[in-house]
Amino acid sequence: MKNPAHPYSSNAQKSAFPYLFGLFFLLALVDSWRRVGVDLFILFERQGRDNLTKFVTGMFPPEHSAQFLSLMIRPTLETIQISVMGTLIAIAIGFPIGILATRNFSVGGILNEADTTGAPTRFALRLAIYYCARGALSLFRSIPEFVWAFMFVRAVGLGPFPGVLAIGVAYGGMLGKVYSEIFEAVNPRPLEAIQSTGANKLQIFFYGWLPQVLPNFVSYTLYRWECAVRTSAILGLVGAGGLGQQIEISMRMFNFNEILTILIILFLMVAAVDYLSARVREIL
Amino acid sequence: MTGSPADKKNPPMPWPGHEKAGGSSVGNYLIAAGLVVLFIWSYHGSDIRLGELFSREGGGQILAYIKKLFPPDLSAATLQQALRGAIETFAISFLGTLMAAAIGFSLVFFASRNLMYSGLLYEMEPGRWWKRALRFLPYVSAKSLLNVLRTIPEMVWALIFVFVVGLGPFPGMLALGVHTGGVLGKLFAEVLEDVDYQPIESLQSTGANRMQILFYGIMPQVLPQFISYTLYRWEVNIRVAAVLGLVGAGGLGQRIHIAISLFLENQLLTYLIFIYVLVTIVDYLSAYLRRKAI
Repeated sequence: MKNPAHPYSSNAQKSAFPYLFGLFFLLALVDSWRRVGVDLFILFERQGRDNLTKFVTGMFPPEHSAQFLSLMIRPTLETIQISVMGTLIAIAIGFPIGILATRNFSVGGILNEADTTGAPTRFALRLAIYYCARGALSLFRSIPEFVWAFMFVRAVGLGPFPGVLAIGVAYGGMLGKVYSEIFEAVNPRPLEAIQSTGANKLQIFFYGWLPQVLPNFVSYTLYRWECAVRTSAILGLVGAGGLGQQIEISMRMFNFNEILTILIILFLMVAAVDYLSARVREIL
Repeated sequence: MTGSPADKKNPPMPWPGHEKAGGSSVGNYLIAAGLVVLFIWSYHGSDIRLGELFSREGGGQILAYIKKLFPPDLSAATLQQALRGAIETFAISFLGTLMAAAIGFSLVFFASRNLMYSGLLYEMEPGRWWKRALRFLPYVSAKSLLNVLRTIPEMVWALIFVFVVGLGPFPGMLALGVHTGGVLGKLFAEVLEDVDYQPIESLQSTGANRMQILFYGIMPQVLPQFISYTLYRWEVNIRVAAVLGLVGAGGLGQRIHIAISLFLENQLLTYLIFIYVLVTIVDYLSAYLRRKAI
């Protein structure tokens, strides 16, 4: 708006973006459409329609025999156990690596400025540790938990254990990253105050650092636990225990009424976990 | 510095903010005890064999597996497969997110309370109970439809659609679109429900009808947030699209499934690298577009 005679001149200069964006958008749309093989009418053709009606009519009524329901108790509990243990391992992985991946904890900042000024080798060493930790976290997090689960099934065999490891490693990467972000956002003044009283590093950590970050830690970890419950419920599709394995079996046998039952159980379980975690967050 | 979280939360600190928090209450101990019980129960239930993992044999197995991953298979055939898979994954996530935005956008106006039956737009309405009920009905059905779409995980949707329309990337796109449609519908509804009322009120006082209020008072407020939520979900979807193939729904996941099943670890590493690059590109693209949109 510098030039009142041409009030829209600044817009006119930017105007290449919408056209370019539109062009790329259309290109991506057309290409993706062809590549994915979108066939909107398949649902109305004979084959697709038959499959759909078979599926929908097969779902009702949901399987509710006492035998099947009692069979489902164990996998349901197992799903929750996998999520709890997975989250615990994720904390065990994410917390130490997250600390190392915090710049103002491992490289610079108050804790280290006395150590590293005038000691370039020590500084370089700490920087190297910092970058290694960041790289490890990024690696853990960028491989999807399904691929982790699949690989762990190969490594340690079928069952809930590979699911625990998959959630632990993948979520460890995510937790570590968020932990380090929370760490980096702490207010340095209380730390300085504690340092000026002559406290050592551990004391600074426990009395200056932890009280500041703990509420955020707990609430983010709880949120991740909610996600872990959802994930562990379907990790079984690749053989890692829990309800997903039952979904896979029922789908293979075309027992769609069992699928509906499992989905209802899943819904109730996720709702219960969300409620529980909201209550815990309230108390804390 | 004893182990219980209650102690860590309330260290005896002379700060004013912590004085009223006081010592540990019974509730804190109860939570800590409950957590310990939960952990023990889960440990026994989930068949954890950490000892095996760190034993010489188990650890050696994992190390051997990692060694087998290297070097990545960079032959032309694999690279071509990986590239094709990556583009397919991109296409699945792109179309799936578009479909989700369409589903969310078309359902959200029925699923937000303040547009359907209460609030400023309706307070002048004479209170006929059946009219209100008539408005309430689409609200409830849209809301519960979104809930159903959202509750069923993408992977299960993918299984269902693979059964209905056959293998390939198309069921993957449908699965992403349907599940994310439910998620976006909920997010959009939340945006709509805390829209700023002042512009709406002033439009209403000029005598605008409800359609006009929707287009001139509400849409300009919510559209940027709709776009930014959609882009955010796109970032999530690219990660999901990369693994949907594990249940037969195309993309890189399908190649990964084959590579793991046939013990082609070198190829697996190539595909993992492609996933990493693809996810990073989409993250940057989405961040860029979000900056442009807002």
